Amino acid sequence: MHTAITNLKKLNHFGWSGEQLRNVLVGALTPVIGLLIFLMIWHVGAQRIDTSLGAFPGPVQVWEQAANLMDEHRSERARATAFYERQEVRNAERLAQDPNAEVRWREFTGRPTFIDQVFTSLWTVLVGFGLATLIAVPLGILIGLSQNLYRAINPMIQIFKPVSPLAWLPLVTLVVSATYVTSDPAFSRSFVVSVITVTLCSLWPTLINTAVGVTGVSKDLQNVSRVLRLGWFRHVKTIVLPSAIPMIFTGLRLSLGIAWMVLIAAEMLAQNPGLGKFVWDEFQNGSSNSLGRICVAVLVIGFVGFLLDRLMLLIQGWINWDKSAVVR
Amino acid sequence: MNKVHLELSGVGMEFPTPKGPFSALDGVNLKIAKGEFVSLIGHSGCGKSTVLNIVAGLYQATTGGVVLNGREVNAPGPERSVVFQNHSLLPWLSAFQNVELAVRQVFGGKKSRAEMREWIEHNLSLVQMTHALHKKPDELSGGMKQRVGIARALAMQPEVLLMDEPFGALDALTRAHLQDSLMDIQSTLGNTVIMITHDVDEAVLLSDRIVMMTNGPAATIGEILPVHLERPRDRLELVNSQHYNECRSAVLRFLYEKQKKVEPISARNNGRKSWMKKLRLAG
Repeated sequence: MHTAITNLKKLNHFGWSGEQLRNVLVGALTPVIGLLIFLMIWHVGAQRIDTSLGAFPGPVQVWEQAANLMDEHRSERARATAFYERQEVRNAERLAQDPNAEVRWREFTGRPTFIDQVFTSLWTVLVGFGLATLIAVPLGILIGLSQNLYRAINPMIQIFKPVSPLAWLPLVTLVVSATYVTSDPAFSRSFVVSVITVTLCSLWPTLINTAVGVTGVSKDLQNVSRVLRLGWFRHVKTIVLPSAIPMIFTGLRLSLGIAWMVLIAAEMLAQNPGLGKFVWDEFQNGSSNSLGRICVAVLVIGFVGFLLDRLMLLIQGWINWDKSAVVR
Repeated sequence: MNKVHLELSGVGMEFPTPKGPFSALDGVNLKIAKGEFVSLIGHSGCGKSTVLNIVAGLYQATTGGVVLNGREVNAPGPERSVVFQNHSLLPWLSAFQNVELAVRQVFGGKKSRAEMREWIEHNLSLVQMTHALHKKPDELSGGMKQRVGIARALAMQPEVLLMDEPFGALDALTRAHLQDSLMDIQSTLGNTVIMITHDVDEAVLLSDRIVMMTNGPAATIGEILPVHLERPRDRLELVNSQHYNECRSAVLRFLYEKQKKVEPISARNNGRKSWMKKLRLAG
């Protein structure tokens, strides 16, 4: 009876005990406090930095620019809708006058807004990362299975792994210009250049981690496979791949992080319409708002990178057979 | 006794080490009849597992060889299925799927889909695991995992069932339970079984013959003890059986008098050193 009463006292209306409540509050509040301190330092520090484009933007100015960018996006969208409506009306009129008249449907050719550029970047990074995954996972499995193949390929991995995207880009640009020649390109050349650069820089962690994961298949499970006389393909599918899944995902997460980081640099130089180009254009533009807008881009880049990582974690939790594994 | 089913003749095994070849086994000769239950007993490190792995085909004997039904064994295969010491189930597959993998591999194309499912369920019911068909190994207790491991091995319809300390990691009650199940299964299916064990009672209870191995290096068969106990055997009645107790004391005498293992102190130090080296490597 006595314990029942003390238990009741401990419970609040959420059903949490005092200690739990405190833990929840502390857990929720500490990040907020950290963020506030950061904003304060930023605010105070920014005022003291004078650049050729005026004072460095503080949180308030950046917020204003973010709102501006959203407004621009909305007005551009409105213009696009208006354009298509006008076109529709015009073409309808022309067809009404003469059913055989040639009508032209044009794409709206407005400036890509900030939001458009975020999506272009996302699309580019996903294609580049997807390509890297398609190369790195099968290759990683192969070199994980064969010691000799690993020895043969390892020098290349070690040499190309640390190469910066900025070094790849000129080569990729020239090669793509020389080889990617079609009258009706499905993708713009700058897109292809960015994608290939992202692929080249981001496939290494997946490749290495997959190989390590494959080498780490337990001896016992390999023996099971031998006793069962599993064929090569089934051995890989049922024993090797599932064993290596946690390591493969570690690699994929690292790769995706690198891919996103590399993409911004690649877009800047390849002039692929994306966040990188946005930053570069604002830098060249040099208006008093430019720094604020670049800051918005920086924050968005960071936030999108964070979201991509979370997405990867989600997929990992979904695919990984070991549900008890702590993923973070 | 039936004619020879499985024969080990002059089996020797050397492992290469940095200090030159290490002879683990030397001159192991053993003939096993069909349906016989043989256990291998000996101190740790005496090469019991090596013998089993050679019969399984996982190791290749350096000298001599193994003949099963008149054919030489030189690769692993499902007709000599293995129950591994630590169950070795694929953790990403359910109990059913683990057995299914083996069944599909052995009977794929020979049995229809429905027949295979029936066969999988039949084998899991032999080890009383039908209640947890779709659980993953993580959700099963140690004894249950080992049951599934046995079901997987049985489902391959092996000529010889090889068991590497199958109950070593289990608590005494679970072990007794599984030993009884194993005796039941063996009496109905009549499999030939080779089992490694550390447990004298287990060896006497289950075996038709107990093969006692000398200490390594160059370990070989020291003595073979036939166990003439009526089947079915009941562990409670056996306690009062004179022959049971004679067998027990024979094995115990072999292990603790004739093959008394004196651990040299320097060896223990070496063990610690290599352990520390491992730690350093890991750090």
